[in-house]
Amino acid sequence: MPAGAVAAHLNRKARWRPAEIVFWLAIPALIFALPSRALLINEILLAGLFALSLDLVLGYAGIVSLGQAAFFGVGAYGAGILANAGIGEPILGLVIASLIAGVLGLVTAPLLLRGSDLTRLMVTLGISLLLGEVANANPWATGGTDGLSIAVKPVLGLFPIDFNGQRNAALYSLVVLFILFALARRLVQSPFGLSVHALKENRLRSGALGISAAARFVTIYAIAATYAGAAGALVAQTTGLVSLDVFDFHRSADVLLMLIIGGVGYLYGGLIGAAFFIALRDGVSSATPEYWEFWIGLPLVVLVLVGRERIGAFFARAVATGGASLIPGAPP
Amino acid sequence: MSAPALETRGLARRFGGLVATDEVSLRLEEGARHALIGPNGAGKTTLVNLLTGTLRPSAGQVLLEGVDVTGLASHARVRRGLARTFQINQLFANLTPAESLCLAVGERLGYGRRFLPAAGRDPEVVSEVEDLIARFSLGDVMDLKTRTLAYGKQRLLEIALALACRPRVLLLDEPAAGVPEDERADILAALAALPADVTIMLIEHDMDLVFSFARRISVLVAGRVLMEGEPKEVAADPRVREVYLGEGKDA
Repeated sequence: MPAGAVAAHLNRKARWRPAEIVFWLAIPALIFALPSRALLINEILLAGLFALSLDLVLGYAGIVSLGQAAFFGVGAYGAGILANAGIGEPILGLVIASLIAGVLGLVTAPLLLRGSDLTRLMVTLGISLLLGEVANANPWATGGTDGLSIAVKPVLGLFPIDFNGQRNAALYSLVVLFILFALARRLVQSPFGLSVHALKENRLRSGALGISAAARFVTIYAIAATYAGAAGALVAQTTGLVSLDVFDFHRSADVLLMLIIGGVGYLYGGLIGAAFFIALRDGVSSATPEYWEFWIGLPLVVLVLVGRERIGAFFARAVATGGASLIPGAPP
Repeated sequence: MSAPALETRGLARRFGGLVATDEVSLRLEEGARHALIGPNGAGKTTLVNLLTGTLRPSAGQVLLEGVDVTGLASHARVRRGLARTFQINQLFANLTPAESLCLAVGERLGYGRRFLPAAGRDPEVVSEVEDLIARFSLGDVMDLKTRTLAYGKQRLLEIALALACRPRVLLLDEPAAGVPEDERADILAALAALPADVTIMLIEHDMDLVFSFARRISVLVAGRVLMEGEPKEVAADPRVREVYLGEGKDA
């Protein structure tokens, strides 16, 4: 075993790979190249951030959740209420709203420590239903069913992100997404991230190494809640509107679909899934507005039944053989 | 005289009407090589679970270096120096041996709350991981996912992970169980090379291993300590012979 081999192996994921750099440079290029699609790109980026938060919980910690919208909604209303209360600078509003969502995550995480996956699904779902009704019952703060329209000031006082600043809005979302992504990337490779992964892999052995499962789960859950809150706050700020549907079940379900389609446990899955999901909805729904979800459902069923690895191997083989293996009966 | 490394006083555990562990009192001095044997169903696994904190006793105490740890959760006992291996491998299937050991060493050093630096950036951790990999002959597989490793290598990793906790007391739960003949020598060498000052309790079915490794043996039958003594006393004891003859020599 050559000297340095262990360190090199342990740090192998720390360096940004060329494909990642290309990925992150392509997004601003796309925003500048397609200014008329800035709104759609912004939506994808924020859905991607929301899915990233779920990936931290599901992909790394193995906690199933159908209630990630609870934190998204708190972030959205937090940012909206703060803006209308006079804290109009978006970055400050974003930070405060995200932290409020994070605190809610910290408080509710202990509810998920016991019980099975089904219990967790129901508890997370229940919390978001409950918060949705709290928002509904307090129209003085949330606007109730009318929703809350927000007057958002320019970012740093310089860059308007309202209806006339859609490109700025997408760039603002991108910068926040990138910072949070880079932090998450460090987090999952840190000793803490390794321990969370280990807990998902084998809780018994993790305990035998002296790791307290409860403390680690609560921490990662609160961090993920902060991320979901940031996604909600950014949606509120860049669309200028918050309505009760931020707490909707379909929001939690959609983000789970996006993450599963994109793949759990490598951080990019949420972003890729969000792009696929929203671009498909946008593209297909203009052709068949009623049936676009068919094209979400089909790949989902295939992915789950056949398995991502086998699909990947199939395409890798097809590329390697120049497509010959796609023809039935052809020699492999 | 200093307190024993590991001691139990009147330890008992009942499951409903079944008494799985009955008034077990053991004393292991520092550096002991103590084997716990007994036929199937004697309550060895229950006793291990009581010692590690996986189960709470119905009565009695567990003391680690003179400190009562009966009320501590298992992860807290690990932090006080009580580590274990498992009869059935409990490994991180999708982590590599180097990552698993890096985790174990880092947790012992209290790095589990470090959020930003990469896990392999700490030179102290890396050098200790390198040392463990070399000691347990895992060099050629250290960067492969654990689930792809040969069973014997997994067994070695199982012991290496426990040792990465720098235990004062180490419980080895059937370390050689299921290891194919050609990989056994590695396990036996690893056991023989365990640090002399670490107190070891070996739970084992394999009598050759028990008699070559242990300097004292406790025989557990129906939840009770039938007898305790040096290997030759145990081998000569008519009650032990009766228990084992009834079950066959390897039981």
